[in-house]
Amino acid sequence: MSDRQFVKGNEAVAMGAIMAGVRCYFGYPITPQSDIPEYLSRELPKTGGTFIQAESEIGAINMVLGASAAGVRAMTSSSGPGISLKQEGISYMAGSELPGVIVDIMRQGPGLGGIDASQADYFQATRGGGHGGYRIIVLAPGSVQEMYDLTMLAFDLSDLYRIPAMVLADSVLGQMKESITPNPRPQCELPSKEWAVRGWAEGTPQNVVKSLKLGDGEMEKFHWQMHARYQQVADKESRWEEYRTEDASLIVTAFGSTARISRTAVEMARDAGMKVGLLRPITLSPFPKKIYADLSSRCKLFLDIELSTGQMIDDVRLSVARDTEVAFYGRPPGAGSLPTPEEIFEQIKRYAG
Amino acid sequence: MKQVFGRSPSLKDVQTHFCPGCHHGSVHRLVAEALDEFGIREKTIGCASVGCSVFLYGYFNIDVVESPHGRAPAVATGIKRARPDRIVFTYQGDGDLAAIGMSEIIHSANRGEDITVIFVNNTTYGMTGGQMAPTTLPGQKTSTSPYGRDINNDGAPFKMAELLSNLDGVAFSARVAVNNPKNVLSAKKLIKTAFRYQVEGRGFSFIEALAACPTNWGMQPLPANERIGDEMIPYFPLGVYKNSDNL
Repeated sequence: MSDRQFVKGNEAVAMGAIMAGVRCYFGYPITPQSDIPEYLSRELPKTGGTFIQAESEIGAINMVLGASAAGVRAMTSSSGPGISLKQEGISYMAGSELPGVIVDIMRQGPGLGGIDASQADYFQATRGGGHGGYRIIVLAPGSVQEMYDLTMLAFDLSDLYRIPAMVLADSVLGQMKESITPNPRPQCELPSKEWAVRGWAEGTPQNVVKSLKLGDGEMEKFHWQMHARYQQVADKESRWEEYRTEDASLIVTAFGSTARISRTAVEMARDAGMKVGLLRPITLSPFPKKIYADLSSRCKLFLDIELSTGQMIDDVRLSVARDTEVAFYGRPPGAGSLPTPEEIFEQIKRYAG
Repeated sequence: MKQVFGRSPSLKDVQTHFCPGCHHGSVHRLVAEALDEFGIREKTIGCASVGCSVFLYGYFNIDVVESPHGRAPAVATGIKRARPDRIVFTYQGDGDLAAIGMSEIIHSANRGEDITVIFVNNTTYGMTGGQMAPTTLPGQKTSTSPYGRDINNDGAPFKMAELLSNLDGVAFSARVAVNNPKNVLSAKKLIKTAFRYQVEGRGFSFIEALAACPTNWGMQPLPANERIGDEMIPYFPLGVYKNSDNL
């Protein structure tokens, strides 16, 4: 008997969180992610966990901060305007070296924008998002299965490195239904949370979770220490998917929903006898620079596809060899702006010449 | 010789950074005595806030989480929901709790979170240098109300102990002062009561402590202490506003 289930992307996120052992979820309604709090309000209490619909996104992320400081797995989810509100708390978590998972089902912006798919929050996600100079781990699923799997991975990576982790998807992935296998939680050796606040019992150290660092040289040291940790994450945890890149002279690169559309376009190009491949980054932060450098020694051109006027392209350009050409095709977010495979195939033909 | 008075075991043997005549030290001491008397120090987690109260971890022998400005009740909610067997309290000033953190305090109180909130009201932003607070008295001059607080422009001061007492989720709400021995004794009793509510798992308990900030009031410690009785208590009456023992 198959244990496959037909679920929405947002539900897969919530299922992955429960499988990962999330104890506390704090959220606030916003389209197109509200299926996540709805699912968890129903299912999380059955596992002994806590669900609170917070008074605001700010309240929610600070509840995550508190629960995480107390040593349990905690998460929140939102979209665009709500993620902006959470940046204060995410910055404090980064400064306090607290793990925690934030799910961003991107919608259009700026401002209230709209609820159609967007990838225009790439900068916000991959550059930390809040004040003070920090990075978070950003995972970009490309299917409902990955919405499930990468949510579990986000918890593990966040705990392992004590860096907040984000699952960055959009309304296409959040609202789409696909069949998934609800895999068991992956085996991952994690350090015990000795830093968590539990009450200062005799014979144990006082645990203080804080981001205020006033000592002479203390903050400078912290920044270099975190810089080294981000580098370690980049070295060990960069993830990507390659599709038919082995002999490709043109490589399409895209993440999330656009990578799915691009894959169909690549298949169309292959059917037409063109040597075209796809490189899909799965970790957007750390950006998998090395594979871009490696592939650029073999291919002539990268074609970057995004639902924006171009954000990831900065990272692509910084990663490829100097003489590698990088072309761009973007559809900024908005109703009716999702490109078709045919449209991307036309771009491939244009550059493959 | 028999020792009749000493440092509270919940407090560290260190000098504080508080200014001469500041009341934070007295309020810290009363909170520490409550933890000692219930024997709950080792299971207590404090939530420091932003302002002069941020160094809670430096003065108390307890685990502490530092919260973003105004968010301590949300942080405390997260801690308490994750570890319901712990005693969790926040320690917040008036700008923190009644301005930027108004949403967090109202909603955590309304949910009846099983936490204790110690709210120090000194009618000004202390750490940032004496700006107008949500509890600054009408006519009071501060660095951002140089002509005196004008309630037509700035609104009237929030009376937090009364405001929160109207919420069903609040089990205990009281306002205290530490400006004279009588008030200190009463404050000690009520702070202890607030923690007793949490020890008994009876929901949200709130203490508003009127406090002097001589430095930012531009006053000597003694006249600042007198201002509590002369100006603050008439506007912010002391007493118990909600006590579910009596319901």
